[in-house]
Amino acid sequence: MSAHTVSNTGVMLGRSMRHITRSMDTIITVTITPIAMMLLFVYVFGGAIQAGTDNYVNYLLPGILLIAIASGIAYTAYRLYGDLQSGIFERFHSMPIARSAVLWGHVLTSLVSNLISVVVIVLVGLLMGFRTSAGPLAWLAVAGILVLFTLALTWLAVIAGLTASSPDGASAFSYPLIFLPFISSAFVPTDTMPAPVEWFAQHQPVTSIVNTIRALFAEQPVGNDIWVALAWLVGILIVAYVCAMAVYHRKIA
Amino acid sequence: MLDLGLLLTLYPPPKRGAMNTPAPAIRISGLQKSYKDLHVLKGVDLDVARGSIFALLGSNGAGKTTVVRILSTLLKADQGTAVVNGFDVVAEPDKVRESISLTGQFAAVDPILTGRENLVMIAKLRQVKGPKEVADGLLERFGLAEAGGRRVATYSGGMRRRLDIAMSLIGEPPVVFLDEPTTGLDPEARIEVWGIVQNLADNGTTVLLTTQYLDEAEKLADRIAILHQGVIIVNGTLAELRELLPSATVEYVERQPSLEEIFLAIVGDKTPANGENTKSGKEER
Repeated sequence: MSAHTVSNTGVMLGRSMRHITRSMDTIITVTITPIAMMLLFVYVFGGAIQAGTDNYVNYLLPGILLIAIASGIAYTAYRLYGDLQSGIFERFHSMPIARSAVLWGHVLTSLVSNLISVVVIVLVGLLMGFRTSAGPLAWLAVAGILVLFTLALTWLAVIAGLTASSPDGASAFSYPLIFLPFISSAFVPTDTMPAPVEWFAQHQPVTSIVNTIRALFAEQPVGNDIWVALAWLVGILIVAYVCAMAVYHRKIA
Repeated sequence: MLDLGLLLTLYPPPKRGAMNTPAPAIRISGLQKSYKDLHVLKGVDLDVARGSIFALLGSNGAGKTTVVRILSTLLKADQGTAVVNGFDVVAEPDKVRESISLTGQFAAVDPILTGRENLVMIAKLRQVKGPKEVADGLLERFGLAEAGGRRVATYSGGMRRRLDIAMSLIGEPPVVFLDEPTTGLDPEARIEVWGIVQNLADNGTTVLLTTQYLDEAEKLADRIAILHQGVIIVNGTLAELRELLPSATVEYVERQPSLEEIFLAIVGDKTPANGENTKSGKEER
């Protein structure tokens, strides 16, 4: 990667980060909504949920983080769609810049903004009683999984942003992603669900990711879950990236 | 009496771009492009001389924007070649992008950023030295100095378009494409844009302008081409185009001021660019 590309990508990152900091809507959805959900589940539903744990915040936090990221990436699709519609995408592409900087600017913005909201949510979690004795290595592993999750979903968002025909369409693809954690081990143990639902919950990516993060925080052995989670994440990332690039090259000469 | 033509042959204006060649700034030959079943361009040929203003006329959907998109490396032609500033758009797209800038049909500015931030962003992307100074200079030159700190979302259509054109001038590209630069502007803003375009050409920049307004082409362009049903049906100077019709007959018609002249006389102190001064009477006492 040349210095030119790095410089161009930096300018693009600065631009879309400004878009985020200047739109309250984005900040509220990405950070405050998951926090509200966490409050709701801990202080309203939590008393009635039998998760077999004495600290429900510990149980809940990994799923809340995934929901936050899944709703955050919808804005990446939305911003990309906006750039295509406004014509500024074409302006950038007619300029002597590294073309890859245009997409990577959006992808890095997604990564940075989602990590910021993850940090804020973890801090609120600590206030609500989230406790972990996890060492630096376990934290690093959690961070790595969340980065992979964000990147994989962001490249899905790029496909949506490039192909959408309306701003609603650009962000609508994220609704099922936001919903996936509910049909997983994120809020309740899967063995309380009816058999077909339990089967689905056991075999969709969120359960293995949530179980891995939960085990890392609790300093329990991660077992097979971490490999299943990594396979899902890397698989989705590669497929989404390849598809996104194919769509992109069809879009631009 | 000074002969401007002779003067220009003796002292040609300085030329920027590839190796000072006398070759045209833009050369298009046999350009073809289809979208699925729609055959938009059926073999377009045209040359644009350096430092000239060339107007590409055509009705909506005639393919003007398609030509501009191919020239600015955003779209690949099915057949034919296009050379900009001596560089083939397919073989050397990076060199072409260094030579051009594009002002699109819809002002491609970032509404969430301020005017100044938009200019600084483009200056940084083009890796121009002193991006802040360049931005301030352009804000001043385009009458946006006061609005520079405001978000572009609050700008009027004319201000947006001026900012859009200012963004195109960063890095001083020798060839500028203006795709319908005055569509949707009020008469005053149109005249401002015309002044800017004229200024660009006076400084040696080649301007390819697409428009559906005939008066715009008439006022600005050194040469005019009409794109119709996928081919260039006419290409020449205004005088040459006039000769295509039977010679003028003299008729006496009572001259009423046009609505544009009335509008401009009432709302502002600007006069139409054709030099007819409609409010000279006011000055006398």
